[in-house]
Amino acid sequence: MSAASALPRSSDRPADDGPAEVAGPAGRSGPPPERRVRRNPVTWVRRGGLSTLVFALPVLVVFGVFSWWPIVRSVVMSFQKTNLVAPATWVGWDNFQYVLTDPDLPTAIRNTLYFALLALVIGFPIPLVAAVLMSSVKRLKGLYSVLAYLPVVVPPVVAVLLWKFFYDGSADGVFNTILGWVNLGPYAWLSSPTLAMPSLVVEATWAAAGGTVIIYLAALIGVPGELYDAAEVDGAGIWQKVWHVTMPQLRGVLFITFILQIIGTVQVFLEPYLFTGGGPANATLTILLMIYNYAFGRSLGGDYGAATALSVMLAAFLAILSLVYFKLTSSWSKS
Amino acid sequence: MKSPRITLAFTLVGALALGGTLAACSSDSGSTDGDKSPSATAAPTLDPNTKVTLNVVGLLPGSTKEAQQALADEVTEFQTENPNITVKTQDYEWKATTFAADLAGGTLPTVFEIPFTDAKTLIANQQIVDMQGYLNQLPYAADFNKNLLQYGTGQDGDVYAIPAKSIYAVGLHYNRDLFTQAGLDPDKPPTSWDEIRTDAKAIADKTGQAGFAQMSQSGTGGWQLTVDTYARGGRVESEDGKTATLTNDGTKAALQFLKDLRWTDNSMGQNFNYDWGTINQAFAAGKIGMYTSGQDVYTSLVQTNNIDPKMYGLTMIPLEGDDSGVLGGGTMAAVSSKATDDEKAAAIKWIDFHYLRKYTNEQAAVKNAQTQVASKQPVGTPELPIFTQAQYEKYQTWIKPYVNVPLDQMTSFTSKIFDAKLVNEPAVATQDVYAALDPVVQAVLTKKDADIDKLLTDATTKAQRAIDSAS
Repeated sequence: MSAASALPRSSDRPADDGPAEVAGPAGRSGPPPERRVRRNPVTWVRRGGLSTLVFALPVLVVFGVFSWWPIVRSVVMSFQKTNLVAPATWVGWDNFQYVLTDPDLPTAIRNTLYFALLALVIGFPIPLVAAVLMSSVKRLKGLYSVLAYLPVVVPPVVAVLLWKFFYDGSADGVFNTILGWVNLGPYAWLSSPTLAMPSLVVEATWAAAGGTVIIYLAALIGVPGELYDAAEVDGAGIWQKVWHVTMPQLRGVLFITFILQIIGTVQVFLEPYLFTGGGPANATLTILLMIYNYAFGRSLGGDYGAATALSVMLAAFLAILSLVYFKLTSSWSKS
Repeated sequence: MKSPRITLAFTLVGALALGGTLAACSSDSGSTDGDKSPSATAAPTLDPNTKVTLNVVGLLPGSTKEAQQALADEVTEFQTENPNITVKTQDYEWKATTFAADLAGGTLPTVFEIPFTDAKTLIANQQIVDMQGYLNQLPYAADFNKNLLQYGTGQDGDVYAIPAKSIYAVGLHYNRDLFTQAGLDPDKPPTSWDEIRTDAKAIADKTGQAGFAQMSQSGTGGWQLTVDTYARGGRVESEDGKTATLTNDGTKAALQFLKDLRWTDNSMGQNFNYDWGTINQAFAAGKIGMYTSGQDVYTSLVQTNNIDPKMYGLTMIPLEGDDSGVLGGGTMAAVSSKATDDEKAAAIKWIDFHYLRKYTNEQAAVKNAQTQVASKQPVGTPELPIFTQAQYEKYQTWIKPYVNVPLDQMTSFTSKIFDAKLVNEPAVATQDVYAALDPVVQAVLTKKDADIDKLLTDATTKAQRAIDSAS
């Protein structure tokens, strides 16, 4: 997944996970606090509290029902054994212990980090370079924007199934045919433990880069033209202008897209689920796929306790990571 | 055409082999079901004036227009017989990796299909409904093969899931055209694993297609490795279902066989991500020489994959070693626990009409066969009996004039299956055991240096965790 994980695909996560919302902006919604006013219901209503509440109610209800309540339920369920039919029983830390002793967990963590790393290496610079190039062209800017954004419009499942067809490992597969023209391959792509993960990242980058390109383009418009003029007067070339003017001006956006990229890639689900099911030989088993497998992966699985326990641990990890990241970068982005 | 000997073969298999081995492998709920009597409570019949809409399982996704037409005709006939019931069919393929999500999400139709191995747990979890009272309304309720019926019977002795279709033993499916192109005789398919290896290499070398392919995804890798294990006399669980025994010699030999084909002979092609649906698709497209799957898969190959009947061949999987056997299983019809009484009453009528009546009623059998033949759908695909031997024999004679599947290309299976021992799937945590074996099959097929012993030891740890958890 590219930096466009800033706008993660809604289908990237199973329905019952709360982690993204923990780190997201949802928690800051709601009516502004009333200050320096003696709090009683009458003054609250007189000062417009009621109408504020009524206006905010739809948002509160939507977030409450679809974000906060599932998060609370997930945390509760992580301490229970339940099949959602019979009454749940409390099991203490058993679910966490079960997950932490699962022999597949280290593999899933390793694979998820590998995906995140590959997505950073492949997916983070590409949209940035594309945006800088697109902002510097004078003609057909709109066309390039449309072309860049088009893959984002393709439904993610359709895109994956399409790429699955491209990745056919036989000699007459699409990619293998093209590579065959220059005497390369055939490659097993999704059937190869070493190629499977990079193959997933390439598709994910293609699918999501357009969203980030648009964000960068919007940010680039905000860069004052005088800065470039001044740099040009000082004798700066194109790359020096990019490095000394564009990049510093984009710093704030880059910090945000970077952390959202990390959060998005750590929650990668759609690609391994649809492309490989975690295979071959667990080479693309990710943490979210494990969560899905606990909950739904076996026909009779339904180990919702283990699934939510791992979800809670992942959410906690991402929340801490985000806090540390913002703490570390707050001084940089102000400088 | 089906000979009397073949008919006898199936009846014998149903009565003896299934009876002997399936009964021995009772599920984790114990063998107390036989001690309980089904409830005598009569279920309400459907008032003819009550309108009911019933959602049911239809065809596999992507089925041909002809297959859809045949089903639509069947629905029309059913609705003519039951004007107050509106049947809505929903495309459906049971997959271990999506079933639980569908069940939890409420997206399954009211009448759905499940494998034998899942029924007991779904009953224990109260996820499917007690159908005993409704089953009693059918004239043949007492005639079921008891050894099949017990899979869908709860602790209370009532029947919840009803044996419905695809009662199978696993066979070796092969492409007769590829055999011919490779200089092999399609009328003499391989009879040992060594011959399969030799033939697979010949096909790969001379045609460029995969000589032999193996499923590996969504639990099917474990399922087929269990098939291969049984065929070599091994078992993946102890008899009491309490211990995972994946490190047995049969499983090791099966994996070594795959390793030899893949890495020594390079006769398995380039795709190692097959599951049940995609391997059928590749086989029908002529990309696979041989693969193992349920004997009844021909129906799906026609309905979904448009196979050319002339290229199809079915034979026995080779059985080697003491205690070797053919894995058997089947599909049951179940009704959602959320169904209303009217829906349940309508459901039993559909289950009767769609799945079962043809086996017990000549007029229904002929009518069903005529409907299928009119839409060029397969009639007469080999299956194992749901009811008694005599009943199955009768059914075969009723549909004989309409049989349109190439039975003469399946004789090396149908003439020998009755000699084979049929062995049930592992009884406890079946899908978890299969899921633990999937990565093992995948590793052997995709990593040249795969260490079979270590892979099986790791898989045993996972399978044992699942078995302990389920017990």
